[in-house]
Amino acid sequence: MLQELQAEKAHLLRRVGFGVSAEIYPQVMQQDLLALYQEIKENSLQISPPIQVVNLDHLNQLTEAGRASKSFQERNRYHRRCIQQLNKRWLDEMCHSPAQLREKMALFWHGHFACRSNNSYHQQQLLQTIRSKALGRFGDLLKAVSQSAAMLSFLNNQQNRKQHPNENFAREVMELFTLGIGQYTEQDVKEAARAFTGWAFNRKGEFVLREKLHDSGEKTILGVRGNLSGMDVLNILLKQKATARHICTKVYTFFVQETLDQEHLNYLADRFYQSNYDIQDLMDALFTSTWFYDAQHMGALIKSPVELLIGIRRALPMKIQNKNAQIQLQRLLGQWLFYPPNVAGWAGGKSWIDSSSLMLRLRLPKLIQDNASITYKPKQADDVSMGMQEKKKGPAYQIQAEINWKAWTSYFTGLGEDALISALSAALLPKGSQQLDTLKTLKAQEDQTESELIEAYTIGIMSLPEYQLC
Amino acid sequence: MIIKRRDFIKMGTIATGSLFLPRLLQGSQLLQQSGNKVLVVLQLSGGNDGLNTVIPVRNDVYYQLRPQIAISRTESLPLNDEVGLNPHLPFLKTLYDAGDLAILNNVGYENPNRSHFRSMDIWQSASQSDQIWDTGWLGRWLDQSMDKHTYDNLAIELDDTLSLALKGAQEKALATQNLARLYNQSRTPYFKAWVEAVQKQHQLDHEKPVDYLYQTLASTTQQVDFLHQNIRKNTQQTSYPRNALGNRLKQIASLICADVSTKVYYVSVGSFDTHNNQNRRQENLFRQINAGLESFVQDLKKQHRFEDTLIFTFSEFGRRVGQNASNGTDHGTANNMFFISGGLKRKGLLNAMPDLQTLNEGDLRHTVDFKQVYATLLDKWLNTPHETILKQAYTSLDFI
Repeated sequence: MLQELQAEKAHLLRRVGFGVSAEIYPQVMQQDLLALYQEIKENSLQISPPIQVVNLDHLNQLTEAGRASKSFQERNRYHRRCIQQLNKRWLDEMCHSPAQLREKMALFWHGHFACRSNNSYHQQQLLQTIRSKALGRFGDLLKAVSQSAAMLSFLNNQQNRKQHPNENFAREVMELFTLGIGQYTEQDVKEAARAFTGWAFNRKGEFVLREKLHDSGEKTILGVRGNLSGMDVLNILLKQKATARHICTKVYTFFVQETLDQEHLNYLADRFYQSNYDIQDLMDALFTSTWFYDAQHMGALIKSPVELLIGIRRALPMKIQNKNAQIQLQRLLGQWLFYPPNVAGWAGGKSWIDSSSLMLRLRLPKLIQDNASITYKPKQADDVSMGMQEKKKGPAYQIQAEINWKAWTSYFTGLGEDALISALSAALLPKGSQQLDTLKTLKAQEDQTESELIEAYTIGIMSLPEYQLC
Repeated sequence: MIIKRRDFIKMGTIATGSLFLPRLLQGSQLLQQSGNKVLVVLQLSGGNDGLNTVIPVRNDVYYQLRPQIAISRTESLPLNDEVGLNPHLPFLKTLYDAGDLAILNNVGYENPNRSHFRSMDIWQSASQSDQIWDTGWLGRWLDQSMDKHTYDNLAIELDDTLSLALKGAQEKALATQNLARLYNQSRTPYFKAWVEAVQKQHQLDHEKPVDYLYQTLASTTQQVDFLHQNIRKNTQQTSYPRNALGNRLKQIASLICADVSTKVYYVSVGSFDTHNNQNRRQENLFRQINAGLESFVQDLKKQHRFEDTLIFTFSEFGRRVGQNASNGTDHGTANNMFFISGGLKRKGLLNAMPDLQTLNEGDLRHTVDFKQVYATLLDKWLNTPHETILKQAYTSLDFI
């Protein structure tokens, strides 16, 4: 019975992945908490198949056509379309993949290693790096990301040359990717920038060291002296305990809550450091701890727009005809994958919420149910359209989704009205709601069939502010 | 006849004792006295080309570097012997002649960034070029100015999403491109029920996510209710161009003339990212702006609000001085800003035109930091000392 779906398991599913799924209710009901985590962990061990959308031959043809204005625009259009496909394909993985922990962790790293690039091939490479190394050693992930074409170009390292060092890359690696602000000096940034000179990529998007541009002289970084290379710098940064602490603070904020518990944080940071940055081990420590399931952590986070959208899709399996509507929603709600707001990634928490985003979030389940139109328009993204005007898509974006209600309602039949409401609440809300009684007064008509009633209450509960919580 | 705040309160059926709604018990100053200043931000998104907006019509360098896209002296609308205005901004020329327009040249910042989204963030957050701030300058003004007892609306962005400029650490502006639509949405049975239910609660903790959500919902619906009542009572007679900008300016004028509590209105128009066929694209956008502003200013004048309203324009960057191969221009640096008001202290051209002789690798050098403009607006128009909001002191300017 669904009432037995304990709050702890639902809490785990919301945090370790993207929430309860209509398809796995029966298993979830029978498992105990730790077995459930073990299963998700095992499902996430395997590296998911890469998402490949870019046709390299086609791209090369477009590139060879030269920089003439028309082919330049055509190439940009192709890149833009491919990045949209990456986006939609990845959403499908988040929704359907049994490797929930891996995809969730990849989403975390996608924000941590925030990167904008209009080159879809570079984006595809970086996404695969992040998804394949999401649960491995942080050092391997850091090195691979730092040598990715997408990040090198985003942080201007192509312009970082022996004669004219560009500090952008070195600064962000220290401030955002590893140590955190205040853990290094300006001199360290200058010296590290020298070590990264010559780090570049070729036309295939592969890392290359351009020896002629590399400054092989002596440098001192965080007290270490020598003819340090870029790789040496990354190793020095990994030696610093501040790196483990910085990563664990972000992990805690993302997976537990924004108010830090210093004792738990210290434990995680020590363990992460001593394990030589084993991400899987860190997540095991988190999800198998008893404190993770304390009531104070349940519902303590606000779902990101992607978590909200995928959460709805998992609970209510649906066929979406116009998948681009999901991108429209990401833009309107402030989490457009592959286009983070700045190098620091999405701020998260309360920053997701303002008057307009909250109204749309609360109306979203009903909009999906009704196949209604999203009448809002996102702001034009000039970096993405590169001087071209965005096509006018008519007045609105209709959501065309066919919900497979049976997959959901079958678990809730045969309950009285009160039992039904509490069963739905247990499945969908981290901590219930004081407004559940109000739902009854909002019921449209008295002569609903049982499945209509279940549908109405499901949408009602998903429209509660509490459903925004994670 | 505008609706008085007290009357509106009486019309409401609202529970007592809630932390959300003490203003209904205390009766705060929701309606402005006339003489209170209103700021309208007009953002030109995409990087407007300043040199084809305020044209140095006697400058040979300008004509040499822009053989196809330069605007001739005879085409332009003369502001003085040296300077002409883009021919598609005739209403701004009228404002200039009447002393209701000021133009500030060469506005920018140190180490300019040429990425749209990064440079826009720098302008909207008012950070230095190498800092990343996640609040906006007007958002921090909101944090400081919002009356935590009343939650009267202070700022609105006429758009479907909220810009960084209007996000504070605690407070955020209302965002909607259509108040009537938002009003209708806020009246769905669900929302009404949630708001009514939460109004019965006495203690709310702003730090708790769930309370934050309910509080945002409640203050949104309340503000929208109130603003919608006022906008309807004050339907403007002036006709506006039937486009997005016209619709937004019309709503702003209605609210300004209804004397609601809102002090800042934010509206964007674009895209000005004219890498190719610049003149035709800029012309289209200028035509919209010219017509929209003409209706807007006429409207404000009729209701004697033009002296208390200041409209200013900005763009995330200007464009390069030399044109490119596609009859357009690429991303540049410093740019001009327009100030429109019936209450300007200094008018016309406030400073020298850009120096085209000493470019920095083909780009203009800025002589005024945009934060000085913000400091001026905060100090002298919004009556809020700028130092805490901008996190340092800037020399303010004297045009207001």
